[in-house]
Parts: sequence; C-alpha cells; structure tokens
Amino acid sequence: MFITINRISLLAFFLLLTGCVATQKDIDYTAYRQSKPRSILVLPPLNNSPDIRATYSFLSTVTKPLAEAGYYVFPVALVDQTFRENGLLNPGEMHQVPLDKLREIFGADATLYITVTQYGSSYLILSSEVRVTANAKLVDNRNGQLLWQGMATATDEGNNNGGGLVGALLSALIKQVISNVGDPGHVVARKTSNRLLKASPNGLLYGPRSPLYEVN
Amino acid sequence: MLIAKRSFLFLLAATMLVGCAGKQPLLYQWGSYEDQIYAMYSDTGKVSIEEQLNNLEHDYQVARADDKPVPPGFHAQVGYLYFQLGKVDQALHSFETEKTLFPESTIYMDRLIARIKLNKGQNVYNH
Repeated sequence: MFITINRISLLAFFLLLTGCVATQKDIDYTAYRQSKPRSILVLPPLNNSPDIRATYSFLSTVTKPLAEAGYYVFPVALVDQTFRENGLLNPGEMHQVPLDKLREIFGADATLYITVTQYGSSYLILSSEVRVTANAKLVDNRNGQLLWQGMATATDEGNNNGGGLVGALLSALIKQVISNVGDPGHVVARKTSNRLLKASPNGLLYGPRSPLYEVN
Repeated sequence: MLIAKRSFLFLLAATMLVGCAGKQPLLYQWGSYEDQIYAMYSDTGKVSIEEQLNNLEHDYQVARADDKPVPPGFHAQVGYLYFQLGKVDQALHSFETEKTLFPESTIYMDRLIARIKLNKGQNVYNH
C-alpha cells in the first residue's frame, strides 16, 4: 500500500514535471528583457483563413491575456478606428505602417502583429472540429527589434463518442449546423488567444503592472 | 524514513499541482468589455451604442463595488462610444480618466483630446 502511493506520487510528480517544463526549448529573451516594454499596441490581426470574421473576433480577445500579464493594452476598437480615419481600411495596410509613425500616433513601447491562419470548423465526415490557430510577433517600437514570437492553436475538443456510426454522423452534422448560426470560432479564438498571449514559459514575460514582473 | 520520503513526494506532487493549475487573482474586473467589442464588430447595429454604454456603465459600478480596477482601454472605449453619440464633454472626460489611470496612454489620449477640441461641435466620426 505504501509502495503504491509512493509510486503514484512519483508518477504524478514526473507527469507534472513533463506537463510544466519538459516541452520548453530555449527562447532568447535578451532583447525583450532589455527593452522592458510597458505598453503594447495590438494591430487588427491579418486573416489567412477563409472566414472573414476571424480578424475582429480574434482582436476582441487579446486585451485580457495581455493586460493580465501586466501590460497596458491600447483600446483595440479605438485604435482600429484611428487607422480607418487615416484611410487604412484593412489589417494588411495597417501592418505596413512604419514603427516611427505608430510611435508618434500612439506612443506605444511595442507593437504586436498577429496572423490568424486557421479559423472555424472543418467537416470531417465523422466529426467536425472547430479550430483557431494564430501566430504573433512582438516588436520594439523604438528600434524595430523582434522581442518575441510564438504560435498557438486550440479546438473545441468536441469529439463524437458513442452512438455508433449514424450517431456520429448525425452529431457531426448537427454541430456543423449550429456552427453556422453562432460563431463557435469565437469561443475557440478566446482559448487560442489566451494560450498565445498570457505570460508563460516560452511565452510573453510578465509586464510592469503584474506583481510577478521581474525587475532585472 | 519510508513514511517521511513518501510524504515528501506526495507534498511535492501536490505543490506542483497547485503551481501548475493554481490561478493568480485577476488584476482587473473584466465585466463585458471584450464581449462589447466583439458584439460591435460581429453584429453591427444589433447592440446600440446606448446599450453598449449602459453595459459598460454597469461593469464600472460592479468594479467599484468590488474595489477592483477596470481594464486598460475601458475608459477610452467609453469615451469613443460617447463621442459617437455626440456627447463631447463626456468623451473628453473619459479620455482624461484613461490617461490618469494609465499614463502609458498619454500620447494617444492627448492626440484624441486635441482632435476633439479642434472639432468641437462637429461629429468627425461620421457614424
């Protein structure tokens, strides 16, 4: 009995160890730590998926993970409006604006460039999956240096179990129909955004407004 | 000795569990801020500007009652909504509040404030 618990603890310990740290590869944070950005300007994401909702669905999920990581996040809708008033109507054009111009208008320390590569459901005969994948680059507005980059993906994890073949077909179909009414991509976008942009090992560092901010 | 070792491992596993899954308390009271932004783009016109303002005002009251700050961008978003309604003074006040709470926004807020003062009386957003 003792030995069993002992083994379980050991196993749990190693499982957790694996889950927490084992997948890390080293990312060079030198420039990031030197730059010490306090504020992040998030541009409306580029959308490489076929779903036109992706850009603004994703944009509306970025403030929380970044702000909770300890950064000032510029008001995303107002920033979008400012670009539009200046004649830049789509993310492609907005992503082309030179950094010194962005610094002059917004006064941000860093700019986050996001690209959504997958957004929404694919109908896979026996199951349908909603997936959102995105990558991001954080750039220092003062010198254009790349501070960090990463990517993340998430799904609705709704696999069809039980009910046999007909059940699976039907449930995939029903899910597909429901998917077209609301936008289940948005719920998944929130997950992806959180994975991509919260402070984490290999992810963003904590910013100055977080109690976990490391002053170097 | 055996028991001590077992307890140690157990404790270690438990600690790591907490370390991994445990949540930091949130810095801000989020309310519906992000949902309002999503609604703004996904169903244009479905949630009126007045309704969006009411929802954010409600969030603000909740945050105050909980003694928690509202997130960065919140007051700027409120100012933007007021501006679209032509309520210029409230808009100016909201941008000033954003600046006071988050000095990181100073350059941008000052730009918006100057622009509004220049165009005072005219709705430059054409909504």
